[in-house]
Amino acid sequence: MTADHYPMPLSLLSPAHRAAYWSLVFLALGVWLLPLIGIAITSMRSIADLRAGNFWGWPTTFAWQNYFEIFGATPLFIFILNSFMITVSAVLGTIALSSMSGYALAKFDLPGSNVLLGIFVAGNFVPHQMLMIPVRAMVNQLGLYDMRAGLVLFHIAFQTGFATLFMRNFMRQVPDTLIDTARMDGIAEIKILLNIVLPLAKPAMAGVAVLVFTFVWNDYFWSLNLVQSDAVRPVTAGIQTLRAMWITSWNWLAAGSIIAALPPVTLFFFMQRHFVTGLTAGIR
Amino acid sequence: MPDLTRPGPENQRHRIRPLYSRPAKPLVFPILLLAPAVVLFAVFVIYPILKTIALSFYSWNGLSQPRFVGFANYRELAADPVFLIALTNSLLWLAAYMAAPVLGLGLALLTSQQLAPMRLIRAMFFLPYVISQAVIALVFGWFLNSEFGLLNALLHAIGLPSIHPLESERFSILAAITAGLWLQAAYCMMLYLAGLSLLDRDLIAAARLDNIGALTLFRKVIAPQLRPATFIVLMVTVVGALRNFDLIAIMTLGGPYDSSTVLAYFAYEQAFSSSQRLGYAAAISTVLFAMVWGFVGPLLLYMLASEKT
Repeated sequence: MTADHYPMPLSLLSPAHRAAYWSLVFLALGVWLLPLIGIAITSMRSIADLRAGNFWGWPTTFAWQNYFEIFGATPLFIFILNSFMITVSAVLGTIALSSMSGYALAKFDLPGSNVLLGIFVAGNFVPHQMLMIPVRAMVNQLGLYDMRAGLVLFHIAFQTGFATLFMRNFMRQVPDTLIDTARMDGIAEIKILLNIVLPLAKPAMAGVAVLVFTFVWNDYFWSLNLVQSDAVRPVTAGIQTLRAMWITSWNWLAAGSIIAALPPVTLFFFMQRHFVTGLTAGIR
Repeated sequence: MPDLTRPGPENQRHRIRPLYSRPAKPLVFPILLLAPAVVLFAVFVIYPILKTIALSFYSWNGLSQPRFVGFANYRELAADPVFLIALTNSLLWLAAYMAAPVLGLGLALLTSQQLAPMRLIRAMFFLPYVISQAVIALVFGWFLNSEFGLLNALLHAIGLPSIHPLESERFSILAAITAGLWLQAAYCMMLYLAGLSLLDRDLIAAARLDNIGALTLFRKVIAPQLRPATFIVLMVTVVGALRNFDLIAIMTLGGPYDSSTVLAYFAYEQAFSSSQRLGYAAAISTVLFAMVWGFVGPLLLYMLASEKT
């Protein structure tokens, strides 16, 4: 380890500096995660504790059963299932569309392709309120209002913008000679994409998948906007209806919130590298 | 991870014509590949933008025939006290969010050490960004709840009287902004970590050999190299600040008495809650849209211009 890293590598600092550094890291982490620690403890608080007014003290018992009871007493399971169906469909759709469009923009000299790419990226910066009235009207006309398919369709359309840029940037690195050789061998264009380019683009697909999963799973605005019945409601909106129903059962709500947050968090921990590569693509 | 944005040498067009002639690439195939993405994006993103701008010149309740009213919606906005509150709050949100890049850079510097446990520690700091804002709003709502919240429990413990931030016309917006800063700073941290990993090591080693001070090192050597990261950080922070909806919708419902409403929430409320004033809502959205581009556009242009040099 040499002094060419910034900030200075810890191994080059004095023991006192190192001790100070680690104290600072753990103090900061403790403060940073306080809201999450608080909600984790609340999720295991018993009703007896809540009745006794023990809202923030250490729980007298750990009521793990909250995590099971909430499934029996509320439609949480349906909400979670809806979220999975909507999110997985949106991820698959976005990957399918953006691998096609990304390849077209990466390896063919189409007139105006840079402008198109610019529009795709710019779409990401549009406030959702700018889209809400026409999108709801169109989803309604298609007969998809209050259906999971309506949400899926919109999410695919919106996410395809940034996903196309991401796939295109990655596919540009596939050597032209590889594609040209395949072409001279008489391999059909579609087979070149499916059998040669796509297998090489797996890391990019993984990046798109984790990001789109997180964005769509965490969406609240469109869940509010495009569905209204519990049978199709995803969990972000569902948890808010539970709040209205169970206003004082914080332990249940906390357990429900943690369950709602778990899928993207788990995915992030397992695919941190892909997630970070995707999110920071503009800098690298 | 290979560089995604800059084409590698293998991708640059052959300067010398290869011996074989390049097979002609017909355009039908790529156009077919592009069609689904372009059509869907045009229908669900581009068309709605144009439609909303057009709608802002109409009076419409969603049922009757829309009626053209020219600039009447915008004139009404200029005189609407709630719009002025929403506009002020959105700008306040934007100003307060500028703490996120600073906090994010601090966290990035703190956690960029190349040590085994750092990967996990970085992931923990980043956690707020991965969690739905709908859940974060719920959590912060409990914390600040005036009867049972943690904040007041802590205040009581040290003998101070309770405060009621979410019921206060002055503080409810700040409560929502604080929750937002938490996740926005996590996002900024991640972007700065990427920036820090790309620093020119030789330059740092040389600067250290010259024994320049820590502050000078940061200002003269590090900060200039973090510029691309800073531009992206600023862009996502501006957009995040202006289009925030979830936190207000869940924590304060824009209240009390519209004191914490922001443009994104005000537009939604006018369109879909009781009033159904779609033309008016479209005008609010158009103002928000113009604001986002007013801030992001120059940043984007400046970034593209500096990349070329």
